[in-house]
Amino acid sequence: MKIHLKVWRQRNGESKGYLEDHQVEADEHMSFLEMMDVLNEDLVSKKETPVAFEHDCREGICGSCNMVINGQPHGPDSGTTTCQLHMRSFKDGDTVVVEPWRAVAFPVIKDLIVDRSSFDRIIQAGGYISVNTGQAQDGNAIPIEKGRSAFAMDAAECIGCGACVAACPNASAMLFTSAKVAHLGTMPQGEVEQSTRVQSMVKQMDLEGFGMCSNTGACEAECPKGISITNIALMNRQYAGSVLGSEKSV
Amino acid sequence: MSWLTNFLFSSIGRKLTMSLTGIFLILFLTVHLLGNLQLLAGDGGEKFNLYADFMGQNPLIQFISIGNFFFIFLHAVLGILLYFQNKAASGGGTSRYAVKSTKTTTYSSRNMAWFGTVILVFILIHLFQFWFKMKMTSIPELVTYDGVEVKNLYTLVAATFSNIPFVIFYVVSMIVIGLHLSHGFQSAFQTLGLNHKKYTPIINGLGTAYSILIPLGFAIIPIVFYLTKA
Ligand code: HEM
Ligand code: FES
Repeated sequence: MKIHLKVWRQRNGESKGYLEDHQVEADEHMSFLEMMDVLNEDLVSKKETPVAFEHDCREGICGSCNMVINGQPHGPDSGTTTCQLHMRSFKDGDTVVVEPWRAVAFPVIKDLIVDRSSFDRIIQAGGYISVNTGQAQDGNAIPIEKGRSAFAMDAAECIGCGACVAACPNASAMLFTSAKVAHLGTMPQGEVEQSTRVQSMVKQMDLEGFGMCSNTGACEAECPKGISITNIALMNRQYAGSVLGSEKSV
Repeated sequence: MSWLTNFLFSSIGRKLTMSLTGIFLILFLTVHLLGNLQLLAGDGGEKFNLYADFMGQNPLIQFISIGNFFFIFLHAVLGILLYFQNKAASGGGTSRYAVKSTKTTTYSSRNMAWFGTVILVFILIHLFQFWFKMKMTSIPELVTYDGVEVKNLYTLVAATFSNIPFVIFYVVSMIVIGLHLSHGFQSAFQTLGLNHKKYTPIINGLGTAYSILIPLGFAIIPIVFYLTKA
């Protein structure tokens, strides 16, 4: 199948980018990244600079293969990362536009690669639990209601790719941050620090320059892991509860 | 007290203000409509004029009305500010990509600030037409019911709505309010952190009903006045 690609090229953060046209001969069994590999091999053989894009696991768990494909983060299929998207989702002769995540807090490094260290700093602000390691504890020592652990597990599915920010008309990071807040704070081990965690993580999120949530739901719809905006509601009420209710402010 | 300002100016704090002022305005619209529907009582305006007079005199109502002005102002200023900050944070909103995808969001949710601006213009014109003329000028003449002298606001309403451009302007503005609320109503509860398997479907249903029925109720008034004008 022939694909007419329009790929975003940008030498570095300072330079201006543009969409570059390419024809790629793909196969419907290829993943989207394999199709990009074909393009890059072709570019290398012509002694041109290959398109820079991030990838690692290629099995939908690392969250690095980030591209906006025809206006949709991770492309047209729902619940799918770009590496798990296959060319059979496109038709012979299709024009496919590939762009990087766009948000002020995600500056472009090169071509399709953006700097997502703002997410790392949100995690550093409170996305952890402080337990002293020691001997392995009995897994069943703390009884946890099934619904609770399932909710935490659902939130823990977030791979931190940033598709929520890329999809949000406001480039808000509320879905990412709330997934971490919900995942860590719902279980007893993380609940202890939840009050300060919520305040610290929201504070860092605001400092990074993400937009605010307008509840459009675009994040939830584009999330490759189906993280729900229920987590955002939870973070909103826990944030208000923590600031107004606890004596500690961050 | 820096914790309080930090809270109010935080992203979530500002959205909570949007939500709470929005809910206040939703409540206000309900009361406002119930009062205004007396215009259609078919009594030449007696009930409505006495009601308007009561609303203008009662100190509690006057107090709430100051709050109402303040909340509209706060909601509008903050809303427009959020719009520009969000546009800056995203580097161009929905149009920052070469291919604009609108599949995952509703028309209303993407255009809240535009609808809001239209509503603001409507409110200013509406206030000038009725509130300002009623309070600051001698335009509505006096009328006496059982020895009580009140301003005849009813005739001012009737005169305004005998004018087709105003009728159209009011009806269109109500449609815009309906669109604003078709997203805003349920959004306000999500912002407050009320997302629940049991209640969210009820809130969504109420929101849809509210955003259709309330604007419809308001829109009927100018239409009836125009169609039945002498
Ligand atoms: C009849 C009067 C109005 C009512 C009942 C109303 C109601 C609401 C409600 C309930 C929300 C949802 C809040 C949330 O998402 O948490 C909202 C959002 C919003 N309103 Fe209004 N509103 C009114 C007038 C206005 C005006 C005059 C403006 C601006 C000029 C405005 C601008 C906005 C904006 C921009 C948002 C979206 C904020 C965001 O989510 O980013 N509204 N409104
Ligand atoms: S490459 Fe790891 S999620 Fe796609």
